[in-house]
Amino acid sequence: MSSNKKYWKSVEELNENSSVVETLQQKEFAEEIPVNEFLGDKDSLESSKTSRRDFLKYVGFSTAAASLAACEGPVIKSIPYVVQPERIVPGVANYYASTIADGFDFASVLVKTREGRPIKIENNELSKSKSGVNSRVHASVLSMYDANRVKRPMIEGRNVSWEEFDREVGNALNNVSGDIVLMTQTFASPSTTKLINEFSEKYPNVRHVVYDTVSEDAALNAFQSKFGQRALPNYDFSKAETIVSVGADFLGDWQGGGYDAGYAKGRVPKEGKMSRHIQFESNMSLSGANADKRIPVTPSQQKAVLAALYGYVAGGFSTSNLPAKIDDAVVKAARQLRKAGSGAVVVSGIPDDNAQALVLAINEALGSGVMDTANARMIRQGNSQAVMQAVKDMKSGSVGAVLMAGVNPAYSLPNGEEFAEALANVEVSLAFSMSPDETAKLCKYVAATPHYLESWGDIQYTTSNFSLMQPAIRPLFDTRQFQDCLLKWTDNNQSYHDYIKETWSGNISSWNTALHDGVFGATSPVNVETAEGSGSINVTTAASELVRSAEGEGMELTLYTKPSMGDGQQANNPWLQEMPDPLTRASWDNYLTVSKSDAEALGLENDNDSNGGLNGSYVNVTVDDTTVNNVPVIIQPGQAKGSVGLALGYGKKEGLQKEMQVGVNAYPLYKNLNAVQSVTIEKVSGMHEFACVQLHNTLMGRGDIIKETTLEIFNTRNVSEWNSVPNVSLDHVEKPVTSPEVDMWDGFDRSIGHHFNLSIDLNACTGCGACVIACHAENNVPVVGKSEVRRSRDMHWLRIDRYYSSEDTFINDLDKKENISGLGSSLSEFGELEEPADNPQVVFQPVMCQHCNHAPCETVCPVAATSHGRQGQNQMIYNRCVGTRYCANNCPYKVRRFNWFNYAQNEEFDYHMNNDLGRMVINPDVTVRSRGVMEKCSMCIQKTQKTILDAKREGREIEDGEFQTACSAACDKGAMTFGDINKEGAVIRDRKEDDRMYHLLEYVGTKPNVMYQTKVRNTTEA
Amino acid sequence: MKKVKYRHSTSRLLLLSVAFFISFSVLGIAQEEASQDAAGEGQEQTDESSGESSEADAAAASDLGDPANGKSLFNSLCAACHKPYSAGIGPALHGVTEKREMDWLYRWIKNSQDLISSGDDQAVAIYEEYNQTAMPAFPQLSDADIDDILAYVEQPKPEPQAAQTGGESGGGDSSGGGVSVNVILAILVFVLVMLLAVLFLVNKTLRNFAQASGVVVPEKPKRKPIWKSFVENQFLVLISAVFGLLVIGWFAYGFFMQVGVDQGYEPIQPIHYSHRIHAGDNQIDCKYCHSSARTSKQAGIPSLNVCMNCHKSISEVAPETATAEYSKEFYDGEIAKLYDAVGWDPAEQDYTGEEKPVKWVRIHNLPDFAYFNHSQHVSVAGVQCQKCHGPIEEMEVVYQDAPLTMGWCINCHRDTKVRMEGNEYYEKIHEELSKKYGVEELTVAQMGGLECAKCHY
Repeated sequence: MSSNKKYWKSVEELNENSSVVETLQQKEFAEEIPVNEFLGDKDSLESSKTSRRDFLKYVGFSTAAASLAACEGPVIKSIPYVVQPERIVPGVANYYASTIADGFDFASVLVKTREGRPIKIENNELSKSKSGVNSRVHASVLSMYDANRVKRPMIEGRNVSWEEFDREVGNALNNVSGDIVLMTQTFASPSTTKLINEFSEKYPNVRHVVYDTVSEDAALNAFQSKFGQRALPNYDFSKAETIVSVGADFLGDWQGGGYDAGYAKGRVPKEGKMSRHIQFESNMSLSGANADKRIPVTPSQQKAVLAALYGYVAGGFSTSNLPAKIDDAVVKAARQLRKAGSGAVVVSGIPDDNAQALVLAINEALGSGVMDTANARMIRQGNSQAVMQAVKDMKSGSVGAVLMAGVNPAYSLPNGEEFAEALANVEVSLAFSMSPDETAKLCKYVAATPHYLESWGDIQYTTSNFSLMQPAIRPLFDTRQFQDCLLKWTDNNQSYHDYIKETWSGNISSWNTALHDGVFGATSPVNVETAEGSGSINVTTAASELVRSAEGEGMELTLYTKPSMGDGQQANNPWLQEMPDPLTRASWDNYLTVSKSDAEALGLENDNDSNGGLNGSYVNVTVDDTTVNNVPVIIQPGQAKGSVGLALGYGKKEGLQKEMQVGVNAYPLYKNLNAVQSVTIEKVSGMHEFACVQLHNTLMGRGDIIKETTLEIFNTRNVSEWNSVPNVSLDHVEKPVTSPEVDMWDGFDRSIGHHFNLSIDLNACTGCGACVIACHAENNVPVVGKSEVRRSRDMHWLRIDRYYSSEDTFINDLDKKENISGLGSSLSEFGELEEPADNPQVVFQPVMCQHCNHAPCETVCPVAATSHGRQGQNQMIYNRCVGTRYCANNCPYKVRRFNWFNYAQNEEFDYHMNNDLGRMVINPDVTVRSRGVMEKCSMCIQKTQKTILDAKREGREIEDGEFQTACSAACDKGAMTFGDINKEGAVIRDRKEDDRMYHLLEYVGTKPNVMYQTKVRNTTEA
Repeated sequence: MKKVKYRHSTSRLLLLSVAFFISFSVLGIAQEEASQDAAGEGQEQTDESSGESSEADAAAASDLGDPANGKSLFNSLCAACHKPYSAGIGPALHGVTEKREMDWLYRWIKNSQDLISSGDDQAVAIYEEYNQTAMPAFPQLSDADIDDILAYVEQPKPEPQAAQTGGESGGGDSSGGGVSVNVILAILVFVLVMLLAVLFLVNKTLRNFAQASGVVVPEKPKRKPIWKSFVENQFLVLISAVFGLLVIGWFAYGFFMQVGVDQGYEPIQPIHYSHRIHAGDNQIDCKYCHSSARTSKQAGIPSLNVCMNCHKSISEVAPETATAEYSKEFYDGEIAKLYDAVGWDPAEQDYTGEEKPVKWVRIHNLPDFAYFNHSQHVSVAGVQCQKCHGPIEEMEVVYQDAPLTMGWCINCHRDTKVRMEGNEYYEKIHEELSKKYGVEELTVAQMGGLECAKCHY
């Protein structure tokens, strides 16, 4: 049931003879201290210029200098405000509601500011659209403090004033011959739409082209054809009972993302019910990893699957041309969809107009209540055809001016080089840009734009849900936002702020309330022409056309976006670069994901260094005549045979610090902005060194860290069968580990005061990683860089472990093996014994310090630098720590992190903590740790202490829900619940009493204050 | 910049102080008394002279009224906006009786708005000049009262010389004291040198005499040098070595324990802000200026606009604020520094917009790894500021009174009872904890105030 599954973290572990795995299981710090290497080399020692005497001199001098320096403390200056703003109290945080809308991520957020500088992004609880505050949104605050930003307007690389810029651009636009192409991101902003219309009135030759870097063109076309509006259907997955996804990573960035919160709601078993999720896909995506049933199929098969699904559900077919195994899965999926009625939904990410039209038709036929086409999503409006046409026109010379805002086509267009040439043909080229990127480099005029935390805006998230963007800080540089520029250039003296206010006057009751809340419901004040659906896509023929186009040839590539990097806009953000990919656990890279059998066929290898560092072969990937060279390969369990995957958003060079210029640019393969391409792969020499943490902090041979069961067992069997408390032997009698007499330690009375517990629901956790970045931001966790991560020295306080397991239990396999009779039977049945890497099940498990009540780390610290608090926190005192690392060795959960270096203000670690601008993001309530000390999750004691102090000052009791950690507040899926276990009626108490509750490695007897809720899979086939 | 008041355990300081104390204590005390006397006399003189001059002025202004009554009326009613000799919110009043008719003044003071609405040219002109800032009506004043006030403001400006001479004479005396010490020292040295010379000469002469008269001075038998016998006595060497090591250890320990402890740190600040005047003499509540101490972890250095709440109208100190050490001019100069920093033009009574933020030198520096929250102590616990900051109301220049070491924090947490009454937050925990410990009042330590991560995270 739960305990007899074998879990593994990497393909390497499936190899029984791997010495690396063995080493890593035995050792906390895999690498030896290179003393022998250093002292054993006589030549280098003798050639060294530093003699023993010199060494002693240096030691003596530095000791003397240090003690002299210690005598006189530095003089510290304090500079108060001359006129203190009324709302700012030094030491107290202010929160402002705002909205990110960078063309890829759209979300309503709360901005935490200290002394006027934004330091953290949080969820806006009022946001009804639940618009996906993902890891990138959490990290966006650091992108504002990017030292590589464009700081002032420039003409031909020359810094100019805005007055001069306005004058020059005004002259250029007035004298332009030919079209003015305005190429922008999706703004989804009524005011901006109005403004662009006014701009078009002044310059009648303006052509507005909306360009989404990662295109949703097919879905938009299908929706437009049916409903006349260029928008996307909205889905409420919390209502779903059966979800069938054909190639849609709807827990990732599919159609604008943000669906994971609703999905997670339906995944927690309530009254014996949870949703069932079936995923057909080629790349192993977050959605596939969370699915109850995942069927790896190639992109071309996906088309056939969708067509067949349409046939079974709506078209009245009963057969398909699919292989029997896949066909069976489709038949079962169709049956379950029909059974679920209005709770059924089909989604697809196939970049094909017909496929998307079929999805709409299937959901309509099912009567799906999950899909909402009335309140459609407006956050993707790009038009690939228009973009390609614009490039063509630029090349032919019929375009006189190009104005680009929020896009970087020179980098992100598949024909980037062609675009660069075409841009040279255009008389006036202007980029509104935050960073001196590829496009800005090519443009004559560069208008420095502010970050969204320095800007105003209004965003139409869906037809009737809106949100406002307001600045949380004055612009750091001499920047002006796109809309303010347009206002200037249309001779309008209003500021954009006033302009938005005017746009909305009469449509909302109170501007101040809307601004305070950040979100509001309304109807758009700006009319967008909506035609009747043209019906240009014929649904009846769509299925057969789809099947016809389904014949893929050769290897099929699916381009995807990573939860950390997205479309690559925030590539200069070290938090995001260092965030491990949820599935491969690799950071600082993109790579070609290949299935194991394809890798063997092509001779591609992954191997591990003795310290756990992963290496991968290089390949050249070619689409038609375009080749991307030296793409490293990762063998991805679950990758469909005959398919490969590659993430977009990497390989950017311009406007990026050298350390961040990692990965390969996959956009040249994104032909016609179509994510699926057929490719040829050619192995080239060399091995790539990954910074991959998948073998780090391993299970240490303890495989039963995850508990999971099926919905059927969960509903029908007793708890003790699927979530039993482990027994330990006391005087040769088995006793449950929770009974007091088996305990080595005397317990303390923990019923007085607060006692904090954290519950993590493995069913609701999708592995998105928002908590990892929130923890980074809250706790000043340093970025250590690629080579340090490779050495297993990553500093993440909170890691999300990803475990693979075989589809069925080992018992089943074992039974089968036992029952083999004769040679013939053995040949066939051994073949059926599955290859574990073909299609593994995946579990995500966030692990941070477990705050054990009987903590092994506390007893081994020679200086008592880690001790236990009455409130349940295992406290780590940096100023007391001498860095013996005994605690890390003795921690069964491997959650302690050692500061091998000084990561702040150190040229060797040139990330945000090494420049004045980047350090502005540091949380002043948390110490910046120095070299040589251990650190770990503190259960956000600064946050709980603040909550307690606020209550004391106000003389009131603390309500349930007031206590939060950074991770629990960041998790909009509700996977993390934090609270005071001694509080009557607290949610966390219910969690602790829940049948699904278990503690990690409970038999060790550490009595953690972090608990997990057993993963339940809905394997019930209808 | 750094000046430390008491730094214990430096041997040098100890030795020096002993030597100095013994040799100069008598002199020092005598000199101090002398200078104090002199200053006292100077002060008395000033008082007398100012008293005399005020009498004379009173005689001159006697045709107007009683300046003593006028002073009290002026201070209670007018001083918020007017000053006798310089412009405040309203104009300076000295000389007003020469500019205006008495009848006009009566009408204006009793109800200025009435006069303005009646269309009086002078009244309207003044009203416009002061940006239509209306002066409140004072119908309660009789003509005689107004006479008294005018009599007060028409007194000639007291010459600042008097105070200055007082200050200077004090200063002069003290510097004179310095000279005399040097003179006495020189004389002493001279006398000693003379004595030595005389001794030497006497000795030489005596020897000469002895030689001449053939007396043989007996040679002392050569004894073993004392250091040699000391070295040979191993017991003594051992004892003194142990003793020596102990002494070195004692001083080393003392030295290392005071590293980073800046008790008594009293840096020179860019503006000489006197807490003695503000918190002591004027009894301004600490939290009026350090308002964020109530709600925030930082007590906050007040922004300059808080200073200007009062200093808009207080551009100089009263003469009696001056001390022997700091004159009135000195203090007025410091207020001028404030005006300069905040960009206030006292002549125009308006902000120029040129701000120069003040770079104060921070006195109480906790290391980054120690979290201290003022509001916890000030608002929740009700701890007096002086408990940690010392007698702030007596400090001319603020110094660090407490050692701010961890031991000092912990000791207080061990002893201090938590103020729980009337705070709903504590109700449940108080009930439970007092049952557990069997006490009615709980200390901070019993509440968990000694846990490491309450202050270190």
